Amino acid sequence: MKISEIAALLNAEVYTENHDDVTDIRSACSADLMSDVMAFAKENALLLTGLVNPQVIRTAEMMEMKAIIFVRGKKPQQAMIELAEEKKIALLSTEFPLFEASGRLYQNGIRGHGF
Amino acid sequence: MGQVIIRDFDIPADDFLAAGEASSAVRKLLSQLGVAPDRIKRTAIAMYEAEINAVIHGHGGKAHVEIRGDKITIVISDKGPGIEDLELAMQEGYSTAPDSIREMGFGAGMGLPNIKKHADELVINTEKGKGTAVTITVYF
Ligand SMILES: Nc1ncnc2c1ncn2[C@@H]1O[C@H](COP(=O)(O)OP(=O)(O)OP(=O)(O)O)[C@@H](O)[C@H]1O
Ligand SMILES: [Mg+2]
Repeated sequence: MKISEIAALLNAEVYTENHDDVTDIRSACSADLMSDVMAFAKENALLLTGLVNPQVIRTAEMMEMKAIIFVRGKKPQQAMIELAEEKKIALLSTEFPLFEASGRLYQNGIRGHGF
Repeated sequence: MGQVIIRDFDIPADDFLAAGEASSAVRKLLSQLGVAPDRIKRTAIAMYEAEINAVIHGHGGKAHVEIRGDKITIVISDKGPGIEDLELAMQEGYSTAPDSIREMGFGAGMGLPNIKKHADELVINTEKGKGTAVTITVYF
């Protein structure tokens, strides 16, 4: 799925412009603990999280993830948006809670890798 | 890659926006040098874990990076409290991180074991009250 398709599916707001909307995203992981993402998330392109701070973007960068979805209506701060633009990582925000957002993506073919 | 490339970075204390900048710069440099993607990822993960540790446990510090021939060596050092029991600290799940760090999504006690997993060589020199130096080597 493209980022724009994911955004439509989750009724999500997209905060960044400097990301490519060509990449076919097939895998995701959901976590509030960045320690776990660093240690266990192997090849996932998408991160769903309820945690909002700049280190979420750093973590996604090191794990080579393409997009972050903040759940439960949480919104990134301006400094985070700037950091994500620089790293070409898409930032999205959805009203759905973590379980619900993950389930909708799973139902549409997104899978988890590495847990 | 015949030449030796040396880079030094400051790792500021208590700056959660900047934390990770050094690892990010090294990641970018390695990809410009054409290093294999899986080697870059290993390096980035190991270095970032050590960088975050220097920020949250070591009151900030510095990173010294040397790329020569077929390997990268990264030394992350700080003048923080040191690690009293290194064997214990290397175990998964051991963490002394305060709640304020856990709220940031860290402090699960996974960092040092994760560095060990991703580095080809890992040397940790630490002394209580003096500081910690983590040396990571990854072969390309
Ligand atoms: N640079 C350092 N200075 C002082 N103590 C450290 C340093 N690095 C690690 N430690 C000690 O070792 C423990 C384990 O470190 P480790 O990176 O494995 O876990 P953590 O940082 O607590 O959590 P996580 O890495 O999962 O976010 C830390 O909680 C801390 O007590
Ligand atoms: Mg750590």
